[in-house]
Amino acid sequence: MADKPTAVIAEPAAPLRAPAPAAARSPRARSQAWLPFIAAAVLLAAWQILAVVFSLPVYIAPTPAQVARTLVSELPMLMRNFVPTALESLVGFVLGNTIAIVVAVVFVHSKRLEAALYPIAVFVNTIPILAKAPILVLIFGLGMTSKVVIAAFICFFPTLANMVRGLTSVNPQSLELMRVLSASKAEVFWKLRVPSSLPFLFSALKIASTTSVLGAIVGEWIGADLGLGALIIEATHNFRSPLLYATVFVASGWAVVFFAVVSFAERRIVTWKQGETA
Amino acid sequence: MTSLAAAPAVRLDGATVRFTSERGSVTALENVALQVPPGGFISLLGPSGCGKSTLLRLVADLVAPTQGSVTVLGGPPERARLNRELGFVFQDATLLPWRSALENVRLPLEVGPRKRDRTEQRRPEELLRLVGLGGREHALPHELSGGMRQRVAIARALVSEPRILLMDEPFGALDEITRDTLNEELLRIWQETGTTILFVTHSIPEAVFLSQYVLVLATNPGRVRELVECDLPYPRALSVRETPEFMRIASRLRALLQTC
Repeated sequence: MADKPTAVIAEPAAPLRAPAPAAARSPRARSQAWLPFIAAAVLLAAWQILAVVFSLPVYIAPTPAQVARTLVSELPMLMRNFVPTALESLVGFVLGNTIAIVVAVVFVHSKRLEAALYPIAVFVNTIPILAKAPILVLIFGLGMTSKVVIAAFICFFPTLANMVRGLTSVNPQSLELMRVLSASKAEVFWKLRVPSSLPFLFSALKIASTTSVLGAIVGEWIGADLGLGALIIEATHNFRSPLLYATVFVASGWAVVFFAVVSFAERRIVTWKQGETA
Repeated sequence: MTSLAAAPAVRLDGATVRFTSERGSVTALENVALQVPPGGFISLLGPSGCGKSTLLRLVADLVAPTQGSVTVLGGPPERARLNRELGFVFQDATLLPWRSALENVRLPLEVGPRKRDRTEQRRPEELLRLVGLGGREHALPHELSGGMRQRVAIARALVSEPRILLMDEPFGALDEITRDTLNEELLRIWQETGTTILFVTHSIPEAVFLSQYVLVLATNPGRVRELVECDLPYPRALSVRETPEFMRIASRLRALLQTC
């Protein structure tokens, strides 16, 4: 005959502690945060060794050490060129996203306007930025304005598309709830649509934070006296490879900082879990 | 006419709802006549597609009858809705995920026309305690279990002191233990507030345990099959489900449902 099953009735061994807040990183996540830095250091070291071993000419591929030296020695000049690029990308980011949000709100309130204008927005978006940029420079001149407009253009579409989706992707049941509560259209917009759209908006803003820098640099390629884009062209034409690399480093450093700021804002504002009922 | 008493809180007269689309029209409800007395607890029971939810939505002014009339608190459903006399609880808690439990309960006080009599509102904190969530006021919905979320939804429906509470399978997605607890609490809240409750469910034991009457609906088209009284004394404890009277009503309903 088979034995009867047995079970030990457990007493809690120690008082249960409150669970750690969800925001706190686990020790594992913290230790893994260093991995990309270690990987980057290994890659840089490999690059340095390969460049020295094969004695590559500086103008083809400078060593990381040469780039670092240039970064320090040319810092004032790099900063002089960094300021206009940073400004152009920042103003373009604000301008492009603001217009995109406003247009998205208009589209959500007028299906006819959306039907009329959305295909045109898609069409304009399919024109490569390298083709749009010269046209915009012709219209807005060689100053900072044309770069701001190019940066704004590049931010515009992803934010428009995401914001339209965000504002319309409200749970239908939440809309019924608002109807039972006899909420006005404005109340539905501010209390339901706007908060629901924030996760979508931030996905777009994170894309825009890096592409706005790209837009400013592309604009400077077409024609500018100052700016990281102008510096890239100049350094390339003069075979000043360490300066070229240093400029690229500053440009992507700015984009990373920009991205990090937007991500930080997202974490502070979008505190709820997505996919929850909205 | 399926009549319960005079001066009804909800009254349907030959109410018919037809949904028309390109592929033809579907009759969700046909010629339904019903009167619910104030303070009554009526469950709507029937197979899928029998129009239980549609009946609830008629009362909530979420759909309009194609034929016949719907009267809520002596007037059109729209007036009851604008007077904030309706509370609605969905199967899904439908909480706003960016709002804490307390802020979700407060939502009905922030939107829509205000109740004329401001004293006819309950304090959100008090309501959270009533549904057993005191101390969790500041938790976000994703930090709460399904049962707790549904409790928040009930508190939210009660905050404007509605005279009619419409519940569309509110406990359908919950496990049985949570469901039992919430059933008992709902009865306690009903007796404390005196609200008229229309409760849609798929569960025979739930319907018998909670309600004074069970309205059995048949499908295709949705129509009234029978109104069954559950004459078990209140307050009811969960143990009432083991009594012969309970079993008798439940088996009566089960037999009825087989003919729907």
